[in-house]
Amino acid sequence: MKEFKILAIIAALVGITYYGIEPYAHHVMHPEVKAADFTFKDLKNVDTSLAGNTENGKALVEANCIACHAIESAGHPAMMPNADAAASYGVVPPDLSHSGRMYDKNYLANFIFDPVSAMKLSHKYPVGGAKAFPMPAYNWMTPQEIMDVVSYLQSVAPKVAEKDVNKVTYDAACGRCHSMSYAKFEATTPKDAIKAYMGATPPDLSQYIKSRKEHYLHGFINDPQLLLAGTSMPRVGLNEKAQEEVIAYMEEVGDSKKAERESVGLWVMLYTLVFAILAYLWKRKIWSEVH
Amino acid sequence: MAEFKQADSLYEWFDQRLGIDKFVKVMMTEYWIPKNINFLWAMGVLLTVMFTLLVVSGIFLLMYYKPDVAAAFDSVNYTIMQEVGYGWLFRHIHAVGASVVFLIIYIHMFTGIYYGSYKKGREMIWISGMLLFVLFSAEGFSGYMLPWGQMSYWAAYVITEIFGGIPLVGGDLVVWIRGNFYVSDSTLTRFFMLHVLLIPLAIIGAIVVHFYALRFPHVNNEAGEFFDFDEEAEKYLAGDKKNSKVVPFWPVFLSKDFFVLGFFLLFFFYLVFFHYDFAMDPVNFDKADGLKTPAHIYPEWYFLWSYEVLRGFFFEIAGISGKSLGLIAFAIANAIFFVMPWLDRSPMVKPANQRPYFKYWFWFLIADLIVLTVYGKLPPTGANAWVGFASSMTFLVLFVALPFITKAEAKKVGGK
Ligand code: HEC
Ligand code: HEC
Ligand code: HEM
Repeated sequence: MKEFKILAIIAALVGITYYGIEPYAHHVMHPEVKAADFTFKDLKNVDTSLAGNTENGKALVEANCIACHAIESAGHPAMMPNADAAASYGVVPPDLSHSGRMYDKNYLANFIFDPVSAMKLSHKYPVGGAKAFPMPAYNWMTPQEIMDVVSYLQSVAPKVAEKDVNKVTYDAACGRCHSMSYAKFEATTPKDAIKAYMGATPPDLSQYIKSRKEHYLHGFINDPQLLLAGTSMPRVGLNEKAQEEVIAYMEEVGDSKKAERESVGLWVMLYTLVFAILAYLWKRKIWSEVH
Repeated sequence: MAEFKQADSLYEWFDQRLGIDKFVKVMMTEYWIPKNINFLWAMGVLLTVMFTLLVVSGIFLLMYYKPDVAAAFDSVNYTIMQEVGYGWLFRHIHAVGASVVFLIIYIHMFTGIYYGSYKKGREMIWISGMLLFVLFSAEGFSGYMLPWGQMSYWAAYVITEIFGGIPLVGGDLVVWIRGNFYVSDSTLTRFFMLHVLLIPLAIIGAIVVHFYALRFPHVNNEAGEFFDFDEEAEKYLAGDKKNSKVVPFWPVFLSKDFFVLGFFLLFFFYLVFFHYDFAMDPVNFDKADGLKTPAHIYPEWYFLWSYEVLRGFFFEIAGISGKSLGLIAFAIANAIFFVMPWLDRSPMVKPANQRPYFKYWFWFLIADLIVLTVYGKLPPTGANAWVGFASSMTFLVLFVALPFITKAEAKKVGGK
């Protein structure tokens, strides 16, 4: 029993120290991550309750958007190679095939109305400032027209097979800026161009699931400014499902052995437990002779 | 040369040439350990096992690791963690093992202090043990640099910078250690050499000395009792096992150690597979970037207490800058445990709780070290800085007071 007392004292001292240097220190050094807001309720420029007209939306998109954006799923290829697009706009405008599926409807409508405020980049692109955001604001469109565009984008979004969807969403949502070298993926915008455009190099995200952890990513992707005030990374406006796909992809790439680790872990612990029990029985037998 | 008769068996053939029988007796079956011990006496064997695990996993890592600032990060985080079969397992065992070994070292060390196992003939065990502590610290520090993540780089930067505070030679010393004016490729390659060759060799040597130093004074026991080992061994060999105060190393002592080891490994593997962040800091999964200082820089948890002693002195006292005072205190903190046997002036070899004054000193020290460790991680701002100062001062005062406290204790117990 004395030995249990000693063990309890050691466990208590180690426990206190652990609490201090892990959970407590973490709490002091890292700001609280607010729950993600997937309704983007700060955006109110467009009445999203209006039902969109897909046919009309198609006409509007073909007249306004495909000069810059590819929409492969609707048969619109990119107008120019990535390097040229990057040179013209600073960043390669993303293919919009999956936009109707990935972006939250309220975000998407408000983004078309005014990209800068939707992305929360007013500190970089102030009204009347020297630098203009490369995509024009379609605030001249009526709310009905904007919802027509949204409706069209939703209608052309292809269904993606379960096994590919995580990667597809990542490429479409983050791929113009962030490489993922551990998956042999290079950002569509060339390195120098994106740095000049953003003022900061978007990091390769291969290990960010480990360095930032899921909890932080959930808050950060949903609203970068909250956790990294003044950053040039835009709010991208993914809905909850798409954001989970992106994070799942970061985990597939950054922690590809997780499933193996967890199953091997259980077996090793089971084996060790058997060893410990046998060792205990053997010790009892041996020590019974000397006590 | 002695005359050899024809061997009747392979065993005998070897025994004639290598003296196996005798060797096994000396090292195992007739190496005597006191019977009156608890599981804390298993820590030495746990450490031996941990060191073995570290060496074996390290050898596997060494097959794919690339000591080059351009390749190191990916060789660890991609090649080893994701491409090589079970590479992740070896890395997790190595990284978590390096952290847990310090937990066991600290338990082992404070067991020694608690039971007074460093004095009255056991001074060399203690000094060789402290040497192991210093070598393990150097091993841990050099190893942490190898993945070349943000914390690798910045911890290396901050810690090597410390040497710059040494008068006269400081600046040159920093350059000499780094092999460059800043932490760079040459720093990585030399710490790589230290980590995989020189320090492990020195550790093996120190372990041999440590074990040898145990032979003559013998291992201490729970009551701090001194008795005649030869007499007790004779009793044991004559069959009076129950009344003998000793047991042989093999199988009796080790059977208990294996049992402790079993449950320890269960805990260890839980950490390896399911709870490794404390040993593999998330920040270190960002590649080293000399232009981007992380918001918080801190060393591995086992260095936090001495790091806090370094930081604790943040203002000038009597014309000496805070930085210099911190450096002096840091140097003292790292060396003071070596002279523990001479700071303790009481002849008592007893568990601390049975020593009238020493017990207060012991638990005070433990509490202070925990405070230092926790505040060593927190940002040193506002009240934290003062807690750091107070606990650093407490640490120093405790050691200044130790000879007086133990002297008074010696008087009280009358030389017993
Ligand atoms: C002048 C070129 C141009 C035109 C025209 C244009 N865009 Fe864009 N668009 C861009 C660029 C460049 C980006 C990327 C901006 C960035 O990431 O900083 C972008 C980004 C987007 C995004 C991604 C938003 C996000 O949160 O990641 C969507 C959706 C989008 N555009 C929709 C449209 C629609 C719909 C139209 C037509 C109504 C359109 N764009 C017209 C250049 C253009
Ligand atoms: C228009 C370019 C762009 C897009 C699109 C973009 N990012 Fe970023 N991102 C950046 C830039 C630039 C930074 C660096 C910000 C800084 O250092 O201030 C960054 C930083 C980050 C960081 C690091 C944050 C930190 O704590 O240091 C993460 C994580 C991240 N992005 C995730 C994503 C994900 C996931 C997506 C897709 C859903 C995405 N980003 C889309 C430009 C982009
Ligand atoms: C890290 C490598 C180390 C290894 C492999 C190691 C191994 C051992 C072993 C096997 C024993 C005998 C069994 C026991 O009492 O636990 C022992 C005893 C001892 N060690 Fe260590 N040790 C290490 C580090 C240290 C350190 C850092 C110290 C403290 C400065 C230390 C101090 C002692 C003392 C005082 C004893 C005697 C205990 C007694 O008599 O009761 N050792 N060590």
